[in-house]
Amino acid sequence: MSGLQVFLEYTLAGIATGGVYTLVGLGFVLVFKASGVFNFAMGDMMMAGAYTFYLCAVVFDLHWAVALLIAVVFSCALAWLIERTVLRRMMGQPVIAVVMATFGIGFVLRGIAAIAFGSEAYQLPALLPRAPFFIGDIMLPGKSVRGFVLTTGLCGAIILFLRYSRAGIALRATAADQITAYAMGINVRRVFALTWMAAAAIGTVAGVIAASVTSLTPDLGTIGLNVLGVVILGGLNSVGGVIVAGLFIGWLEAMTAAYLPGDIREITPYIAVLAMLMIRPYGLFGTRPVERI
Amino acid sequence: MSALEVCDLTLSFGGISALSGVSIVAADGQITAVIGPNGAGKTSFFNVVSGFYRPTAGRVLLDGRDITALPPHRRPALGIARTFQNIALFHGMTVLDNIKLGAHTQLQTGLFGAGLFLGHARREEAELTRRIQSDVAGFLELDTHADKEVQDLPYGLQRRVELARALAARPKLLLLDEPVAGMNREEKQAMSRLILDIRRQWGTTILLIEHDMGMVMDLSDHVAVLNFGRCIATGTPDEMGRNQEVISAYLGEPGAPLAGQAA
Ligand SMILES: Nc1ncnc2c1ncn2[C@@H]1O[C@H](COP(=O)(O)OP(=O)(O)OP(=O)(O)O)[C@@H](O)[C@H]1O
Ligand SMILES: [Mg+2]
Repeated sequence: MSGLQVFLEYTLAGIATGGVYTLVGLGFVLVFKASGVFNFAMGDMMMAGAYTFYLCAVVFDLHWAVALLIAVVFSCALAWLIERTVLRRMMGQPVIAVVMATFGIGFVLRGIAAIAFGSEAYQLPALLPRAPFFIGDIMLPGKSVRGFVLTTGLCGAIILFLRYSRAGIALRATAADQITAYAMGINVRRVFALTWMAAAAIGTVAGVIAASVTSLTPDLGTIGLNVLGVVILGGLNSVGGVIVAGLFIGWLEAMTAAYLPGDIREITPYIAVLAMLMIRPYGLFGTRPVERI
Repeated sequence: MSALEVCDLTLSFGGISALSGVSIVAADGQITAVIGPNGAGKTSFFNVVSGFYRPTAGRVLLDGRDITALPPHRRPALGIARTFQNIALFHGMTVLDNIKLGAHTQLQTGLFGAGLFLGHARREEAELTRRIQSDVAGFLELDTHADKEVQDLPYGLQRRVELARALAARPKLLLLDEPVAGMNREEKQAMSRLILDIRRQWGTTILLIEHDMGMVMDLSDHVAVLNFGRCIATGTPDEMGRNQEVISAYLGEPGAPLAGQAA
């Protein structure tokens, strides 16, 4: 294989992984935009969605599309419940307290998954066909490419939703000025609930894609940590930023995997994020000063 | 008939009492000015009417209906709209989107339904856009700015967008908190004309907080004077100009002479 081919293959594969980061990152950003809460349970919500999918698709042997739909509905309901029982009660408390609560929720979800399914790694059914794609001579892993197409579609839908739908506009208004949004008759609490549910739905799709590319364990949610870097890089409140940053971090990981020894691969994205923050403390596209956590 | 009636309103923050025993009536289709020195409790009064502050005691009646305990986001649907002393527009959004948000509660489809953005919700949305462009934006001469982001507009225009947003829902009761603060003479005159036009065109009941006495005299049918959280006088603008207690309340406040400019 020529040098150029290696470069292109890794680039495309990296961007495909980046798509998952982008999705999870969007889940973070939606919640953060609306309520200023950094949701550390995002990765684990994604994991919970993936397990639900596994249950439906493998244990109950349903068609994958049906299984995905059930998983999305289930995680929306779970998010609604979390919002109702934990977060709504904490409204008015310092943001840091709410953020710690999301940490706790994450631990609980992971614990439940570990008790119910053990730490064994499950294989998800071939939701996305394995057959590789060829662009000229360049071979691409089929799952990554199809995952990427799915991701792109979903990102596009989210952007359209935020820009044009009334709920999206209400969300942006709430993000811009909560009190005034309230004065306009926007039910701010319902907007919060809506963002949590949207984040859970997006997380489920991302979780299923991520788990079908690798495998499913209760630790699937640790991808959330990589995504932490992504959203900080993109700007916690920037949809566009998180899309660019997600793809970039995915690409960077692939590049280090291709050209650098193993251990460095793990830390490169973080070095990139750190370097970026020194230049632009609010992230690439972040706009307003962001609550320090 | 009175569109708004507040009775014996008391509001305290810890030890400070922002309002004590305030009763004010805003007659249907009239312009009622609420005046008083800085810190008198004018904005607090608005915040009680729009539901942000829950009064310690007293009642708020809208068209005879008790709305004292109604949460703020349920009030626009009853026809209450307001502007803010410090312009509170949604930055990062266009003028049109900002104005449309004012009519948020008028649409039939709920948040979740609208999220799907299908059929009915879409038609309703398009109809609203059309109505806002033809009525409100045109009326306030904002049509050429519809697609600009609000934070890029000059100050005077931002105030006008805020007014347009409040009008988008065709409110019955409009609360204007210092709508000409920081404006020059011409802008003030233009805004005064707009306020009169609004009342003429839609018969809106208007409550107006204003420091500029000239403007209060010109616009209002009725005046209520607050001082240290108490309503010390109500009456016609002329009566207020002759009221000794009102005059001394203002003279006690350096820099806010009765017949002068904004404080
Ligand atoms: N949220 C709050 N918490 C504590 N005190 C408050 C609050 N809101 C208002 N106050 C107090 O209530 C009093 C009345 O304030 P308010 O803003 O209503 O005055 P105002 O008449 O609107 O004055 P200005 O002309 O300066 O706008 C002030 O002493 C103010 O400090
Ligand atoms: Mg005030």
